[in-house]
Amino acid sequence: MLYDVEMVVKLASFAGAGMCIGLGAIGAALGEGYTAGLANEALSNKPEKAGDIMKNMLVGQAIAESAAIFALVIAILLLFLEIPSVSYLKASALIGAGICMGLGAIGSGIGSGLPGGEACLGLARQPAVSNKLMTNMLIGSAVCQTPAIFSMVVSLMLVFMDFSNQPLTPTWAALIGAGISTGFAAIGSGYGGGLAAGASCESIARNPETFGAVTTTMLVGQAVSQTPSIFGLLVSFILMFKAFPESASLGPAMALMGAGISMGFGGIGPGIGNGLTAQGAVKWVARNVEASGELMRTMLVGQAVSQSTAIYAMVVSLVLVFVI
Amino acid sequence: MAIEGADLIKAAAFLGAGIAMGLGAIGPGVGEGFVGGKACEAIGKKPEEAGLLTRTMLVGQAVSESTGIYSLVVALLLLFVV
Repeated sequence: MLYDVEMVVKLASFAGAGMCIGLGAIGAALGEGYTAGLANEALSNKPEKAGDIMKNMLVGQAIAESAAIFALVIAILLLFLEIPSVSYLKASALIGAGICMGLGAIGSGIGSGLPGGEACLGLARQPAVSNKLMTNMLIGSAVCQTPAIFSMVVSLMLVFMDFSNQPLTPTWAALIGAGISTGFAAIGSGYGGGLAAGASCESIARNPETFGAVTTTMLVGQAVSQTPSIFGLLVSFILMFKAFPESASLGPAMALMGAGISMGFGGIGPGIGNGLTAQGAVKWVARNVEASGELMRTMLVGQAVSQSTAIYAMVVSLVLVFVI
Repeated sequence: MAIEGADLIKAAAFLGAGIAMGLGAIGPGVGEGFVGGKACEAIGKKPEEAGLLTRTMLVGQAVSESTGIYSLVVALLLLFVV
């Protein structure tokens, strides 16, 4: 190696910081833009409710912003933190931390913007139920933030955990894989949860009496949408905490990075898909509340099938970690 | 560290397995979720046809699942056969 360890660690932390806030800013900006767009639409329908709509828009955007703030915190940490024990392994952990938080903020940022916008439109349609709308928006977008919080947990662990007693190869690949796994899997779950939350805000404005049934269906649907990101978190934890035997060859390292890629990318689709199913169910619970039992059952069956590909991805990841 | 040809092939196969299953899972996940959402909308409109709609949803999802299973098969082939 031509570069000394300290320089490599600095390079890794700067590159990680750039990716972290660069990627992390995508989601929140899109989500907040969507909220503001629908708020404008709502304003043109009911200009006399401008104060309420503006307040609701700002609260909704503030929640969507939190995903980007998590990314900013991790980026600043990567820029200015004094790393106590520098090693090549720490460098890959810092890159992994940046990737994880940057990607993880995308889905939550977009997702949290959807209920904010729908709640603004709902306020223009049904100003009398502004409290219910605000409550529903807050619950829905808070759940959307969980994948970003998972990413922040993994990033902080990658930054602060001490990996100095682990062998360099293949652990370097495991740490980058840990970042990829939670980061990518969070995209789908964050956006999927937002689809369900947006539909529920729209539904409550349409039919406020169904508040209870709609919120319950939304929460169940969102909980199922979160599972791919929980699988991603699980694979990350395994990759961070398992001790891997030292090996000079490239095979085990690529197997561990492959485990992260498999679970990370594999979590995107099912997360969005579960959200689409929940969106359909929540919409129609409000329109036809007598069928809510039937809708909940169909939603869960549909989501279970959609979930299967995330389970395949997890199986392949676990095979790559434990069997290979 | 000296990397030999056989080691490189193994490494590429493992990485390829991860990429195959990871990217391959995106499409079926979104597609099946879309089917589920539309089935819920249809059941909301016509709850008395719930049996027929659930059956159609499951058949549609099964077809959409096939590409996910192809990915799984390719990933397992890369892991254990190549």
